[in-house]
Parts: sequence; structure tokens; C-alpha cells
Amino acid sequence: MTGQLDQLFVSLKQWLVSFLPQAAQPMAGILLSISAIIGAFATMFAITTIMERKILGRIQNRLGPNRVGPFGLLQPAADGIKMLTKEDIVPFAADKLVHFLAPVVLIIPVALALAMIPYGRNMTAVDLDAGILFFFAVGSATELSVFMAGWSSQNKYSLVGAMRAIAQMISYEMPLVLSTVSVLMMAGTLSLPLIVQAQSGYIYEILPRWNVFTPWGLAGFVLFMIAATAESNRAPFDLPEAESEIIAGYLTEYSGFKYALFFMAEYWGLFAVSGLAVTLFLGGWNAPFPFLQWVPSWAWFFAKLGTIIFGFIWVRGTLPRLRLDQLMNFAWKFLLPMSLINIVVTAMWHFSRVFQFVGAREMRWVLCALVLAIPYFFLGRALGEGRPAKRNYKFAE
Amino acid sequence: MLGTGLIKGMAQTAKNFVGSYQGPERLVTVQYPEERLAPKENARNFPFLVFDGDDAQKGLRCVACQICEKECPPKCIYINKSKDKKPDYIGKPQFYPATFDIDISVCMSCQICVEVCPFDAIKMDKVFELSTTDRFEALLLHKTELAKPNEYFQELHPTEAAEIDTRFAEEKLKAEAKAKADAEAKAKAAAIAAAPKPEPAPVDGSIPTPVAPKTI
Amino acid sequence: MDLAFIIIAVLTLASAVAAMSLRNLVHCALCMVMTFAGIALTFLQLNAEFVGLAQLLVYVGAVAILIVFAILLTRSEDAKKEVRFVSSSTVVGFGVVALVAVSLLAAIQHTQILPPQSVVAPHVSVKRIGEQLMTNYVLPLEVIGLLLTAAMIGAVVIAMREPDPADSVDVQQRNGSPLKLDPDSKKTAVVANE
Repeated sequence: MTGQLDQLFVSLKQWLVSFLPQAAQPMAGILLSISAIIGAFATMFAITTIMERKILGRIQNRLGPNRVGPFGLLQPAADGIKMLTKEDIVPFAADKLVHFLAPVVLIIPVALALAMIPYGRNMTAVDLDAGILFFFAVGSATELSVFMAGWSSQNKYSLVGAMRAIAQMISYEMPLVLSTVSVLMMAGTLSLPLIVQAQSGYIYEILPRWNVFTPWGLAGFVLFMIAATAESNRAPFDLPEAESEIIAGYLTEYSGFKYALFFMAEYWGLFAVSGLAVTLFLGGWNAPFPFLQWVPSWAWFFAKLGTIIFGFIWVRGTLPRLRLDQLMNFAWKFLLPMSLINIVVTAMWHFSRVFQFVGAREMRWVLCALVLAIPYFFLGRALGEGRPAKRNYKFAE
Repeated sequence: MLGTGLIKGMAQTAKNFVGSYQGPERLVTVQYPEERLAPKENARNFPFLVFDGDDAQKGLRCVACQICEKECPPKCIYINKSKDKKPDYIGKPQFYPATFDIDISVCMSCQICVEVCPFDAIKMDKVFELSTTDRFEALLLHKTELAKPNEYFQELHPTEAAEIDTRFAEEKLKAEAKAKADAEAKAKAAAIAAAPKPEPAPVDGSIPTPVAPKTI
Repeated sequence: MDLAFIIIAVLTLASAVAAMSLRNLVHCALCMVMTFAGIALTFLQLNAEFVGLAQLLVYVGAVAILIVFAILLTRSEDAKKEVRFVSSSTVVGFGVVALVAVSLLAAIQHTQILPPQSVVAPHVSVKRIGEQLMTNYVLPLEVIGLLLTAAMIGAVVIAMREPDPADSVDVQQRNGSPLKLDPDSKKTAVVANE
């Protein structure tokens, strides 16, 4: 029974495909997976928008949207109808073709990235040997579409927003990739299902063997999440769309359904990168405790994904936007050195496995944590240097 | 150390998030169409015309002096002066506005018309639910829509209205006393001059005016 | 021939031609990105997963952005000038193309072409590529790493050059120095305008 529930979607797909002739089966299977992913994440996009507004409202002691439907739960439907029926305005001076292609070019790589992620046991749409490389390869294509959107609008705000977005994405792609390297080193593979498999099993039959419960894994997770926030242009790294400075950045000249596509691609990118974080650091679809293994694997995956998205919303509700120089300093002077140190720590962890004396496990833990904590302290202090201690304004007493 | 401030901030927002479900008194939002806050004493948006008594047409304080029309910065007041006269609150015959229109789509709520009015005839209103589907005719308010009774003004601004009312009452008393004195003097003079024709002054002679439909 | 291969090849070649012939420089750059992507797809079709994805990551992700940045930061009115068809650069360009074509043709001529049946697509895993890089080809790898590090340090040095303090003083004096910082004032953030 548990196994059946776990493999519900896999057997459903096989059952549906079995009606077709032999030759059409692989193609039909692929199409089914694609439509399942697109359908599931489009629904999740709708749910996330309403939950985000609700949670942000509660964080600011407001109620959030509560007018459309019971508790405002039909708000996404209202938003969708509004987006679809709005006039699609293309600026007169715009480069029409590039302006049209930019949202399309953005949504394709994001959807491709979603295909890589193992959603549950035997539930990976495309199982590539170099899955994580594929993820980053298609992820880097999104920068181009942002540039296309900003440049083709022929608007200074759009161009400034696109330039900011590209500079930010290039800067934060490096810590993003480097923080995954430690996981790849320990798992010894680039394939995402195998990385999940490497995190299965339990220490002392009770504690999960997830990467996040090791010093390098925790540091890597934090670094990855910070870089992922910047990569998906979310607050506090939402400089490309800073509405108080440059209207809406590269989205300024978009309206109607093209805007909705951009918006959806942004959230899909968020889901993809959160799913990658779950896969790499939080044990993928593994249950946290052995006695909870009766819950289906895909339920665990989506529960973890939801938790991470809640974290993103929480951060967005708390932190103010960074300044551009702070953004760059943070990426190059803090995240990059920390992720390089993290790789060294991972190597330490790997090679200190040979020591088998009593207390070796604990000592290894403390040592690795110290090697990470000391640079964290000093790099953090260096970041704060050059900041004026206290400002006195002549006319603002 | 780096990150302590972040944790402090995150704790604060977490407290807000949980607390908003625990204590409804944290939620400061008023659910507008169902719940309403009482308007503030000094709230103002668009001008209206004050009339005394029951008849909007008869009791209108405005004497069509057109100062407000001239002073209005966006020029949104349109007045046509009447040909005939009607008595004001002290019984003095005055002109009255044959038409008095305010285009509230142009009005910028500056209150200058109120400041310059020597007759306390135009005051600022607090109504705000003025949305219509017609942006031309429906936003050009005519005299019938603008005229609102003095009781309404007393409700909006009790102190100011009370002050104006006592002043008007005093002026009226003074005017009546003067009229009486004048009448007596005239009667005396008339009695001295020629006994047969003692005609009193028309204190409350009412001119028949068309009664406007009451809208407020 | 495979249908997918034909589509990819036509797309790649068409975008390459467009990259050369279009007038708008940004359009050219975008077409070139399409060519890069087409080449990556060709690699993927040949089961060379790692090379294909690396091509995508490096060329579409990094080189294309670099080109686009360069165009935007250096764009001038020269781009709109009438291009003469016979100029020194055209001649040099044709010369280079001819040289490359001849050498490629020579290489192809000397290659022993295997019959298609005998080709067994070897599944090269990323792990094996890594092992090869770390054992047989460790020296070239290290040399490339050193070269890139040197280039990066050079870039940092070029970018770091700050205006000489003496120059800035000179500029201030020439401009009549309208702004002066008062060092004695306790109110540090105040700039007194005298």
C-alpha cells in the first residue's frame, strides 16, 4: 500500500502509456512528464503568489488579500484573468521581434531546468549523467533573455535594470556553482538522483544522512540559498526590479500576458533553484526519520520545497534592498572566499574519514566547523569596514 | 558579527507573523466597505453650499458675489448671477446664484473658495465615495447637488458652525433692532409729516422664487 | 540523415549567416548566441553530453554576455556607416577564411573515415573525464589554470587603477574648489559650501 502510494504517479503514467502502440510509447511518456511538470508548477505558481501576499501581509500585521473567494483564495484566478485581458502594449521605438522573444527565451530554460529535478523515487523526468551541469547551463541562458528584454524596450530604466540583472547574475553564479561543488565532491557524481541516493540511510538508525547536517553542508546550504536568492532576483537582491529606483527594471515596458510570462518564469526559476537546494542539501525525497518512511517520497520533496519557499518569503518580508556596491562587495569579498574555503573543508572532511579512534567523529565535526567559523568572523568584519560609524546630519536633528 | 542583525530582524517578523494570528488587535487594517473610521475633524475634499432653514433655494447663503469664482486657482466654479433679488438671513435683499456649478474633476481641494467667502456660504465637505461611470456630466455638480443644510455643516464642524451661527444671530438681532428703530423713526417722521399714510418697511417681504427639489 | 540533425544544422548555419550579415550589432550578437546553442545541441546529439553542456554554459552563459556588454559599452555611430565591400579588412578576412578552409580540408582528406556500422558510441561519463583530467592531462590543466589566474590578476590590476591623488588636487584647484571638507567640524557628514 505504501509502495503503491509512493509510486502512484509512476504507475499512472505507465498505465496511461500502455494504451498506445509500442512505437509511440516513449514519446507519449515524455509528453506526459512534460505536461505533468508544467501543470503542477503552474498550479504551484498560483498558490505561491497568493500565499506570498498573505504571508507578507501577516508579517506586516495586515490581513493580505481576502476579497476574491473564501479567504481570498481565488485571487490568483482574478489576477490571471486580469493579465490575460489586458492590452499588450509594445513601445513604438521597441525592437518588436526581440521584445516578443524575450519572455519566450526566458521560460524555455527555466522549464528545462525543472525537468532535471528528482521529485520522488523514480520520478525524474530526464535522468542525465551530468544533470547538475545541465541545470546550470540552461540557467545561464536566462541572463540573455533579461538582456533582450531590457535592450529591446528602448527605455533607459529597462536597460539599467537589465544591466543590473546581468551584473548581479554573473556575480552570484560563481558562489552558486562553487557551493554545489562540495556536494558533488562527496557524492562523486553529477547526476541528481544519485546525489539523493547518497543522502539516503540513517546514522545510528535515526539521524538523517542529509548534507545539511554536516559543517560543510550547512555552510554550503546557506551560501547556496543566498546566491539563489540573488539569482532569482528576489528581495533583498531585487535591484534589477527595484520599483523605488527604476520603475520595474527590465519589465517596465511589458504588459499583459508577456508580463505574466516573465512573472511565471521568475517563480519557476525560484522553484527550480529551491528544488535543487532540496536535492543537494536536504536529502531530496528522503524522509527525515526512518519511522516516517510510509509518507510518499514526492510528498516529502514538496514539503521541503514549500518550507524553502516560505523561507524566501520570510526573508523578503524582513530585509531591505541592498545597494549596488554592497551587492558586489558581498558577492566577491564574502560569498566567493567562503565557498572556496568550504571546498577545502569538504576535502578535510572527506580525508579525515580514515581516523577511527574514539571521538574522531565529534572531533572532525568541531574542527571543520572551526575552519569555517573563523574566516566567517573575519570576512564578516572586513565587510563592515569602511562604513561610517555614526552619522551626524546638520539639518536633521 | 555578521548576521546577528539579520537574525534579529527575522525574529521580529516571525513574531509579527505568529502574533497576527494570536491577537487580532495587531491588525490595524480597517475592512473598508464594511467597517468605516469616523472622518477626522479637519478632513476636507470638495466644497458645498450652505443653506439655512428648510428650503434649499430660499435659505442659500450665497449672494453670487463671484469672489470664489475669481479666486479659484483651477477655475472650476461657474456662477451666473440672478437678475432679481431675494432677502438674506437678516432680510436684506441680495442677489442669488441662478446657476452655481463646481466641476469636481478639476477641483484641487485647496479650500481657497472657503477662505475668501465673506458670507460663510461655501464650506468643505467630507464625502469621498464619488466615483461614477460618467466622467463629464456626473462630476459637474449643480446648485441642487451642492446645497446642503446648515445642520449638515454643524455636524461636520461643530465649533466653527456654532461660532458662525451665533454671529449670524447677533447680526440678525442687531438688524432687527435697527429696523425697528428705523421704522419707529420713520413712523415718527411720517406722523409728523403726514398722518394719513403709515406704511412699515417690508421686513420679511418674500419674493416668490421657484422652489428647487431638495436632494440632500 | 536524422531529422533533428537537419533542423539543428539549418538553424545553426542560418543564424551564422545572419550574424554576419545583419546591420544591428546586437542582433548579430543574438544570432551568434543561436549559433553557439546550435553547436551545443550538435554535441549533445553526438552523445557528448559534457562537451555540449560546457559549450552551453561557457558560450551562451558567459561569452555571449561578454560580447553583449562590449557592444553596449563601446557602441558608437560607426556601426551605421556605409560599409565598403572591398577594403583591407575584407581581403584579410577572405584570406583567413581560405587558410582555415584549406587546412580543414587537408585534415579531412587525411582522416581515415570509419564505416558507420563500426562506430560504437562510447558512453563517456563525467567521472571518467574528471579522472582523465586529474591523471593523464594534469599538466595541461594546471598550465591553463595558471594562465587564467594570470589573466584575472591582470584584469584586476587594470580595473584597480585609481586616479592619482595629486591629479585630483590639481583638478580641484583648477576648478576653483567649490567644495571643501572642514576637518575640524564634528559634524562629519556636512559639506560646507563656502
